Amino acid sequence: MIMWIDLLFEPLQYSFISRALIVCILVGITCPFLGAFVINREMAFMGDALAHAVLPGLVVAYAFGISPFIGALPTGIIVALVIGYIVKKSGVSNDTSIGIVFSGLFSLGLIMLSLTGGTKLNVEDILLGQLLGTSITDVYITIGTTVVLSVVLIIFYRQLVFVGFDFQGAKVAGLPADKLDYLLLILITVVIVMSLQVVGIILVVGMLITPAAASSLIVRRFPPVILLGIVFGVLSAVSGLYLSYYFNLPSGPSIAMVSSIIFAICFAASRCLKA
Amino acid sequence: MSYSAPQCLNGCIQCDDVCVEFGNVLVLDEVSFSIPRGVLTGVVGPNGGGKSTLFNALVGLQPIAHGNILVNGLLPGASRGTISYVPQREMVNWRFPLSVKDVVSLGAINRGSIFRKYWFSDNGEVEEALRKVDMWDSKDDLVSNLSGGQRQRTFIARALTQEAEILLLDEAFSGVDISSQEGVIDVLRNLRDEGTTILMATHDLNNLSDRFDEVLCLNRHVCAHGNPESVFTEEVLTELYGSHGEMFAEHRIGHHDHVD
Repeated sequence: MIMWIDLLFEPLQYSFISRALIVCILVGITCPFLGAFVINREMAFMGDALAHAVLPGLVVAYAFGISPFIGALPTGIIVALVIGYIVKKSGVSNDTSIGIVFSGLFSLGLIMLSLTGGTKLNVEDILLGQLLGTSITDVYITIGTTVVLSVVLIIFYRQLVFVGFDFQGAKVAGLPADKLDYLLLILITVVIVMSLQVVGIILVVGMLITPAAASSLIVRRFPPVILLGIVFGVLSAVSGLYLSYYFNLPSGPSIAMVSSIIFAICFAASRCLKA
Repeated sequence: MSYSAPQCLNGCIQCDDVCVEFGNVLVLDEVSFSIPRGVLTGVVGPNGGGKSTLFNALVGLQPIAHGNILVNGLLPGASRGTISYVPQREMVNWRFPLSVKDVVSLGAINRGSIFRKYWFSDNGEVEEALRKVDMWDSKDDLVSNLSGGQRQRTFIARALTQEAEILLLDEAFSGVDISSQEGVIDVLRNLRDEGTTILMATHDLNNLSDRFDEVLCLNRHVCAHGNPESVFTEEVLTELYGSHGEMFAEHRIGHHDHVD
């Protein structure tokens, strides 16, 4: 018993691990909360696209030495609104519009990255996250963002559910359905940007959808899907962090891997329960 | 006796010369009709005849190019919230894992105190609505697992918690078997008797006279409006369904038998 506790607390003597742990827990809470909306509205590709499309903002932030959060968030929100607008207004299909914006902005970001090459910018850090480089400022920003995000989600929860389930009916009932759709996109962007530090651009979609998807295999109704998803999210993030510490693995992929394993276990369990 | 313009008050719908254009195509062409409170009306016509467009115009989601619409005595956009809409099944995201009770409690979302709007719902009200449509025993079932008729009754219960005065149902019977259709109609009749105005779009011409007080025949314009026993003349059917109308004329509307 003592040994287990030692294993849990030993890494925390390093302040960079403590900082990483706090950020992990918060990302583990917020990602599945929004992820439950993402999977039930089939927006996974949208989430992946948003994560990639903020790259130009990130590069600018790194180049000017400001917090990546401050660089990526406005870019993400603009991208979310542009994609949302194109999806609603253009004749092009949903996934096609998303793919166009995604590849366009991601390549712009990569080009900017190569132009600013020679600086201390590390492509791998941006693509796979740099959890262990979390600064105290990042921690404060993540805490603040989590609070704001949670308050907004709790206030608009029922309206977002109504719109996600029955868009037309929600409009007739007098809800501002289009604005609520944009609000959801903005919230997803915020959560993606705050998760970039932890899992990076490429794996953020895994953190967003996998815990919520695993949870939806075990429980059925929407509120329990969110709650169990949060349990899985926190579990993935925290155990991934410890695995990366003890086995010297890259932290982002460890976290994403744990969430995939949780999904596989839930999948097997749900098959067994049905059989 | 002096003539006074027809008043359109609670629960009543009035359209005067309503035109709707999609690009250069006139989808609704000078549509005029008036429906008083507490009438169960079937809106019939071919696919593409403008039934859904008319409903969207009535709730203010579809701008009209010309004419006037008054719903509850108000312009369509202003009367939102007093209308409840049961969408076509393809328009609903069934993947969303909500229980029957969850869906019905959404009806009250725009009514009452700010707390109810954002988080809480009145359970007594939800129970009353579910009992009225005979869905209380299924309250914890996921809506995605329900049969077509049960889904329609769930949406009608949502309209009840919304306290809507007007209920619009778009193709409510697609994917609903005949016996469940009767159950839905029974629920709608009870609502009508309590004063709700109900419009149901359908392209099913069978059993119209058993089901509706009035029918509105719509193929871009109003071909006929009135008692289902008498409106279906051969001209009306031809206007509704083109030359195929002659084929339908061989059907005796209101009954379900072929004339060979």
